[in-house]
Amino acid sequence: MSLQFMTYAVVGSSFALYIGIAFWSRARNTGDFYIAGRSVSPLANGMATAADWMSAASFISMAGLIAFLGYDGSVYLMGWTGGYVLLALLLAPYLRKFGKFTVPEFIAERYYSKTARIVAVICLIFISFTYVAGQMRGVGIVFSRFLEVDVTVGLLVGMGVVFIYAVLGGMKGITYTQVAQYCVLIFAYTVPAIFIAIQITDNPIPQLAFGSEITGTGTALLDKLDDIVTSLGFHEYTSGTKSKIDVFCITMALMVGTAGLPHVIVRFFTVPRVRDARISAGYALLFIAILYTTAPAVGSMARYNLINTIQPGPVGAVDGNLEYEARPEWFRTWQRTGLVQFEDKNGDGRVQYYNDANPDFADRAAKYGWRGNELTVDRDIMVLANPEIAGLPNWVIALVAAGGIAAALSTAAGLLLVISAAVSHDLIKGIFVPNISEEHELLAGRIAAGLAIVVAGYLGFDPPGWVAQVVAFAFGLAAASLFPVILLGIFFKRVNKYGAIAGMLTGLLFTYGYIEYFKGLFLKWAGSPWGDNVAAHWLFGISPEGIGVIGMCLNFAVAIAVSYLTPPPPERIQRMVDDLRVPRNFDEAEL
Amino acid sequence: MHEDKRTAYWRANLRLVAFCLGIWFVCSYGFGVLFVEQLNSIRVGGFRLGFWFAQQGSIYVFVLLIFFYAWRMNRIDRQYDVHED
Repeated sequence: MSLQFMTYAVVGSSFALYIGIAFWSRARNTGDFYIAGRSVSPLANGMATAADWMSAASFISMAGLIAFLGYDGSVYLMGWTGGYVLLALLLAPYLRKFGKFTVPEFIAERYYSKTARIVAVICLIFISFTYVAGQMRGVGIVFSRFLEVDVTVGLLVGMGVVFIYAVLGGMKGITYTQVAQYCVLIFAYTVPAIFIAIQITDNPIPQLAFGSEITGTGTALLDKLDDIVTSLGFHEYTSGTKSKIDVFCITMALMVGTAGLPHVIVRFFTVPRVRDARISAGYALLFIAILYTTAPAVGSMARYNLINTIQPGPVGAVDGNLEYEARPEWFRTWQRTGLVQFEDKNGDGRVQYYNDANPDFADRAAKYGWRGNELTVDRDIMVLANPEIAGLPNWVIALVAAGGIAAALSTAAGLLLVISAAVSHDLIKGIFVPNISEEHELLAGRIAAGLAIVVAGYLGFDPPGWVAQVVAFAFGLAAASLFPVILLGIFFKRVNKYGAIAGMLTGLLFTYGYIEYFKGLFLKWAGSPWGDNVAAHWLFGISPEGIGVIGMCLNFAVAIAVSYLTPPPPERIQRMVDDLRVPRNFDEAEL
Repeated sequence: MHEDKRTAYWRANLRLVAFCLGIWFVCSYGFGVLFVEQLNSIRVGGFRLGFWFAQQGSIYVFVLLIFFYAWRMNRIDRQYDVHED
């Protein structure tokens, strides 16, 4: 069977499965639509959260990113998992006890303020749209490579599928499709990893193969990798190039940002009890960890495989490099997509891949007769191309395509749902039409979800240039705006509405301003960024990716200072916070 | 009485949270970032220990921490009679 037929069959049946589940679990009221009727088991919620959280970026890009960054890639591994500890210990159980539908709703009630609600909705919508645009793009890329259709067609099909199950099923439909999507994506991720681990080290468990010896050489994989990358002028794989403070801050911004992402928080509203929210975060991280501990193993093996293919002989020997005409099949296929590029700069008919930006290596390169690096490999293809590079059977490649699409669709659906809930529940019911009927609110939610899909599709079809950059911004924004006020709302009774609003705005504006200054976000259309994005210019040496941490500290400081200068929150709010802190109220227990 | 119990329950919770976050910090920021070079001089199998913590160990610790917290909190809930059904 041809690869293309196989891919159509596998992807097509996964779509049929998702739509079937959506039909079976469609939402009947607003409770179903926003929070799945609060009836999801902790284990199922853990799986759904894992699929919700792991996006096209985790599935497609992360291992490739780590393959090229080495130790520096650890910021993503720790940053995107450690946030769950914060979520489980500091937010999820209390927000579940609060027992309402959305994150802005919590902020509105705790800070008895419609203004705070609107600020929270703005943060939420910005964060979520940023993300969703990237997901839709991911769907388009997978479709165009594996199904050989136009990116636009792929995007439209993806939008159609999300539309059916998000609009029809709401949170309930999304939850159970996400459970199925988790199974598809984790299977698709681990199977090729196991095959490759066996090929390289004879150890079938990627996490262990990562630290094993390469078959028949007696040298550990990571030592060999350090050795070959440095011999080509790259930085050692197992140590970093970023400054310590920057690694620290980026990791922290990603962790806190994870805990502040509305589409993740809201998943913990769907379980029946407070104790379920705690354990469910544990299951979620367990399921995420299966992929996140495999990814660095895949990254290192992919880098090893890639260099071995390009540089089969000794570095510097005339016949040490791959002959261009003898290049393998995957090289040709990915060249057609433009994601692998080759230019024979020294005209020797062979491929040289080395670090031509390293001045210390320039002399040696000149001695070898190399005239610059000739191969450009897009980081995003490492996971998708890995099965082909390793020569795995067609069904594995088809599975990877289905897994990439599952990862992108599940995240997109979760994001679209929080956007629609923010519109129908927080803006329409909460602020503009407080006495809207249940049926009308549900209808408004469905229409908002539909519109959000159209906007997301448009952003994915025609990304306004800044989508990739804005991902870092979304985390920084979540860390600097929503996380501190939610945390203070639970742990610090004295914080009042003035403090919360001032804190959110400070964190938001500072973080946005810093990123705008160095990377140029919206104002880039009017000209280039104002400051050169280099370490020498950064505040305390912190890059724009990590600046959310400073924004978060400012938010905390301003919120507390302003609260102490203004009257304390009313008595009923203080009682509400007391009740948030216990799974079952004392009043019922004591009487 | 009731207010004392509420305060005591909250203190017990905060102590547990502080303990868990201490471990969380040491295993990720401590072993994986701040002291990574020192730990890298120790080898475990084919790994340098600091690198292992940054790319594997910290994640395992995070998972265990959440399960530990959930288990301890359930016990504290019962002890103070605020557990759900």
